[in-house]
Amino acid sequence: MPGVVLEEVTKAFPGGTVALDGLSLEVADGEFMILVGSSGCGKTTALRLIAGLETPSSGTIRIGDRVVNDVPARDRDIAMVFQNYALYPHMTVARNLAYPLRQRRTPKREIARRVQDVAEMLDLEGLLRRRPAQLSGGQRQRVAMGRALVREPEVFLLDEPLSNLDAKLRVQMRAALKRLHARLDVTTVYVTHDQVEAMTLGDRIAVLSDGRLQQLGPPQEVYDRPVNVFVAGFIGSPPMNLLRGRVRDGRVSAGDFAFERSGLADREVIVGVRPESLHPSVDGMPSLDFHVSVVEPMGDEVIVHGSVAAELANDTPGEGESLLLAGDGERAAAVARLAPRDRPAEGSVVRLGADPAEVHLFDADSGQAIR
Amino acid sequence: MPGRARRRLPFSPWHLFLAPVAAIMLVPLVWMVILSLETKPEASSFPPVLLPSGPHFSNYPATWNAVPFGHFFINSILYSLATVAGNLVFCSLAAYAFARIRFFGSNVLFVVLLATLMVPFQVLLIPTFLIVKKLGMVDSVGGLIMPNLCSAFGIFMLRQFFRTLPIELEEAARIDGTSRLGILVKIVLPLSMPALATLAIIQFIWSWNDFLWPLIIIDTASHAPLQLGLSTLQGAHSTEWNLLMAGTVMSQIPMLAMFLFAQRWFIRSIAFTGIK
Repeated sequence: MPGVVLEEVTKAFPGGTVALDGLSLEVADGEFMILVGSSGCGKTTALRLIAGLETPSSGTIRIGDRVVNDVPARDRDIAMVFQNYALYPHMTVARNLAYPLRQRRTPKREIARRVQDVAEMLDLEGLLRRRPAQLSGGQRQRVAMGRALVREPEVFLLDEPLSNLDAKLRVQMRAALKRLHARLDVTTVYVTHDQVEAMTLGDRIAVLSDGRLQQLGPPQEVYDRPVNVFVAGFIGSPPMNLLRGRVRDGRVSAGDFAFERSGLADREVIVGVRPESLHPSVDGMPSLDFHVSVVEPMGDEVIVHGSVAAELANDTPGEGESLLLAGDGERAAAVARLAPRDRPAEGSVVRLGADPAEVHLFDADSGQAIR
Repeated sequence: MPGRARRRLPFSPWHLFLAPVAAIMLVPLVWMVILSLETKPEASSFPPVLLPSGPHFSNYPATWNAVPFGHFFINSILYSLATVAGNLVFCSLAAYAFARIRFFGSNVLFVVLLATLMVPFQVLLIPTFLIVKKLGMVDSVGGLIMPNLCSAFGIFMLRQFFRTLPIELEEAARIDGTSRLGILVKIVLPLSMPALATLAIIQFIWSWNDFLWPLIIIDTASHAPLQLGLSTLQGAHSTEWNLLMAGTVMSQIPMLAMFLFAQRWFIRSIAFTGIK
C-alpha cells in the first residue's frame, strides 16, 4: 500500500483566499495521520486536494509513486468519509454500500460478498434494507465508513467523521476506528479539530494554522515539546497557560512566577505552563498566587479557573475561555488541573507551583520554542 | 373569559369568506357545463337560460363529428407529452451545468437566460415563426413542439433546486467513480423528483392550454391541437355556443382527471413553486 506525499502544495481560491501555503507532508504507507487545526486552517482543503476534489494551485501530490495532480478523483484509488456522511438518500444501505463497486463494474457475486463482509465488520447486517433517513447518527456514520471501506482503497480519507455524534458514541467510534485501522493497516488521513481525537488516534499528527504546517510528530511529542506558541496553545485541553515574561541575567519571570534557567540571553519571552503542571505543593518550586474564580469538579480531577498576576500572551487560541474568565487589568486568566483533594474554594487565593523542567519558554517575537 | 362565552361555530370563521369565493370561482365552470347541455337557441339567448329544457347530451357527439376532434386530441397529447419530455431532459441538463459546473461566462449566460423570462412570447412570436419556417416545419406537429422543448423557466427552476442538494453527495459519487452525467442521472435527478414533477405538471398544463403558438404555426385542421381546433367552432358571424362548450368540456376532462388523480402532487408542487 502506498503513502501520500504533498510537496510544497499551495491552494489559493479565486478571490484571493490562500487555504494552503506551501504544505509539505509525507504520510507513510499504512500510517494513521491526523491533520488538526482550528477552523479555516486549511486541513479540509488538504484532504480535498488528496481526494482530487480540488486541484492545487502549485506543488505536487503523490499517492504511492504516482503524481496525481491531474488524476481525477475516481482514478486515485482513495475513499473518503464526509463530515455529513453524504449517504445517497434515495438508496438503501445495501445499495449505498454497493454503489462504489457497481460504478466500477465489479461482478455481482463479488459485490454481494464484499458488502456482506463490510456489513459484518461494522455491524450493519440488520440495517441493509433501510434508507439513510431511517438510521440514527451512529448508524449513518458506520454506513459511511462501510461505503468507503468496501472498495478496499489504498488511501482512506476522513473529514471530521465523528463530529456529528454525541459524546458517548464518539468515544466508542474512536475506539472502533483505532481497531479498524490496526486490522486493515490502510494509509489514513484524518481531519479533525478535536485534539482528543488527534491525540488518541494518530500515529503522527500534523498541526496546521493559516495554511501552514506548524508541527509534525507523534502525538505525545507534539504535546510534550510544542515547537511554537500556537501548537502549545492548541494541543491540550484545557489549553496551556501562556503568560508574558522576561529573561534577565538567567532568571525567567512572569508576574510573581520566577525561576533560574541558565544559558538564556536577556529577552522577552512567553512562559507556558500546562494546567496539570501546577501543584499546590510549592516546596523549592517557583510558584504564583492563583486567584480562584470557578471550580469545575470532574470527578477524577478538578479544573480550576482563575487569574494570576501576569500579562496574557494575546495570540493564544482557545480565546473563548480566556475572554469569559479573563482577569481584570493586570491579571491574566489561567487554568489549573488539580487532584480532587486539593480542591480550592471559589474566591480564594492559593499558591500553586510548577517544576521548572515542565515549563515551556517561547520567544516573545517569533513565538518559537526556546530549547 | 370572553372566548368561552362566544358561541363556537362548527367550522372556521374563514370558511364564511372562502366558501363564497370558491363558489364564484366555480361559476364559469358550471356555466360551461350548463351551456354544453342546452339547445342552440337556449345557449345564445339573453338573459342566459340557466336551466336547460333538458340535458341535450347529443351536443357531444355532434361536436365530435363537426370537427376532426380525434385528431385534435391526439395532437394535444403529442404536443403536451413531447414538450414535457423535452423540458425534463433539456432543462435538467442545462440546469445542472448552471448549478454545478464552473465555466467561462456561466454567470453572464445565466443572467441573459433569466432576462429572456421577462420577454413576452408575443415579442418572440415572429422570430420563432421565421426559424421554424426556415426549418421547413410550418404546419406540422413537429413545428408545434420544437420551440417548446426547453424553457428558460424550467432551467431556472431546476437550477435553483439542484443548488439546494448537498454538494457532498456529488463529491462522494465522484470519488466512487461516477461521471458528471452519471451524477446527474443517478444522484441528482432521483433526488429532484418534486422539482421534476412540478416542472412536468406546469409544462403539461401550459402546452395543453396553449392557443397562440398553434394558431400561428398550424394551418391544416387535422394538425391542430384542441384549443386551436375548438376555435374553428367559433364562426365569424355566429357561434354555436352549445357545441363549443361541449367541446371545451371534453378538452378539459383529461386535465380534470389528472387533477383528481394527482391532486396531492398538484397542490404540493404549487406550494413548492411558492417556496422556490
